[in-house]
Amino acid sequence: MSDLISSSLRELSAALAAKKVSAVELAAVFLDRIEKLNPTLNAFIALDRAKTLAQAQAADEKRRVDAGATANSPLCGIPLAHKDIFCTRGWRTSCGSQMLANFVSPYDANVVEKLTGAGMVTLGKLNMDEFAMGSSNETSYFGPVKNPWDVSRVPGGSSGGSAAAVAARLTPAATGTDTGGSIRQPAALCGLTGLKPTYGVVSRYGMIAFASSLDQGGPMAKSADDCALLLNAMAGFDPRDSTSLERPAEDYTRDLEKPLAGLKIGLPKEFFGDGMDADVRAAVDAALAEYRKLGATTVEVRLPNSGLSVPAYYVIAPAEASSNLSRFDGVRYGHRAPEYDDLTEMYSRSRAQGFGAEVKRRILIGTYVLSHGYYDAYYLKAQKIRRLIAADFVEAFKQCDVIMGPTSPSVAFAFGAKSADPVQMYLSDIYTISTNLAGLPGMSLPCGFGNNNMPVGLQIIGNWFGEAKMLSVAHQYQKATDWHTRMPEGVK
Amino acid sequence: MSLNLEDVARIARLARIELSAAERETTRDQLNDILGFIEQLQAVDTTGIEPMAHAVDVVQRLRPDVVTETNRRADFQAVAPETEAGLYLVPRVVE
Repeated sequence: MSDLISSSLRELSAALAAKKVSAVELAAVFLDRIEKLNPTLNAFIALDRAKTLAQAQAADEKRRVDAGATANSPLCGIPLAHKDIFCTRGWRTSCGSQMLANFVSPYDANVVEKLTGAGMVTLGKLNMDEFAMGSSNETSYFGPVKNPWDVSRVPGGSSGGSAAAVAARLTPAATGTDTGGSIRQPAALCGLTGLKPTYGVVSRYGMIAFASSLDQGGPMAKSADDCALLLNAMAGFDPRDSTSLERPAEDYTRDLEKPLAGLKIGLPKEFFGDGMDADVRAAVDAALAEYRKLGATTVEVRLPNSGLSVPAYYVIAPAEASSNLSRFDGVRYGHRAPEYDDLTEMYSRSRAQGFGAEVKRRILIGTYVLSHGYYDAYYLKAQKIRRLIAADFVEAFKQCDVIMGPTSPSVAFAFGAKSADPVQMYLSDIYTISTNLAGLPGMSLPCGFGNNNMPVGLQIIGNWFGEAKMLSVAHQYQKATDWHTRMPEGVK
Repeated sequence: MSLNLEDVARIARLARIELSAAERETTRDQLNDILGFIEQLQAVDTTGIEPMAHAVDVVQRLRPDVVTETNRRADFQAVAPETEAGLYLVPRVVE
């Protein structure tokens, strides 16, 4: 059964269809690995073996009764795990926070509903930075996730549990969310493939809100091919999300086998400056050389305002967060302080106890930039700069089909290396944040190893709704290279 | 400009987050670091630039004014800290 843990989703689907393995057996393989490896990695923060196996049994039944229906749902019976930001009915959904440490969700997020509807089996819920605010998973109330490539290093964040779980082969795939790089940066740091779709492609319904104009869910898996299959099941219009886009359904696998000849890759001058570590640069340069070998050409493009993306983000995202997180008041759900004198004290004490330091910092920054007298100087100013950043991409895409660069300026860093200095931590997302501000799709795929044999991620940024093309560009590279098949030594 | 302890207390009150005296000091320093970092936005000329509130241009959809949700009050109140007879309980606000 050992080859099952490294199989692609298509291989698992074929094995299930051929009855070489049942969904129950498959779920058990992964649950056993979780039992063995999770105490070290801390990727899973909610598990329920009986519930998982019951879901697997239902998937087996579905495949047995109706082979035709499962042909339309190739994912039926394949296990996956959800970032704990996705409300999952009957599962504790904590968002990595003490605030929701006892919250058992009464409903499913749209993404969960869709993937469960496709027959996928939920292995459990995955650790994350508290309320998705962090780039190292060190802000989780449930303790940090360890990077399977080196347990003294961070897995990235905020979808660090998702990244570590897929990298350690504790699950074939996972869901993630990306507000400023939270799918791509951990994918890069853990050596996997992750995609943040164009804003509005995946429904935000039931995805606990951080910064609503930036948040987007997406797949994290071993390969672009796996991500394409997952995105097919995750994407689509949802009337319950007011910013969900009404577009015809797409088959994101349609271009996977398209050759790369003629592809124009834009390389932003600003992404190849001093900020990137030498080991990351070497791996990215080698990947670009491989792309040229495969028939692509590269052209330098300019994103002159991209240097402003991190400061603009740290106005806009905290502003939206301060508004979104006002719902946690200790009244309808979430933590309530045991002692208080009046209603205001109940609110402020419940929030002081329920939120961790980084979440409080961002709420306070957001409250300040939205407060009377500062709104124009900070919030409106940042929104104007956001437009400049988005306009840069419109210009750049006149010269190229996709943009490439590093996902993260460095490989995974050690625990504690940046946690004392919020601004240094914020700069971990320097290459990923501008795509969120513009609403563009972005992905990360493994392209080699840097210092201390830690994975390096190549970032692909696509034009609006360019997911199928990006996935094809990534898939062609993965057919020619094997970085995405590498597995950490310690979890074999 | 940088925030002083009174500013921090005011912001914390607006955000309904209780801060101890010691926390106020650390918070002041950290918020000032972050505000110092975002200060660079002020140097950018944004004359005539329309603020971008959202990643995509969407207009608010309207739906017919009909009931679409089923009543699941018991389920939703099961996760509340304190309820009684279908109501959420909070400290007395009217004497």
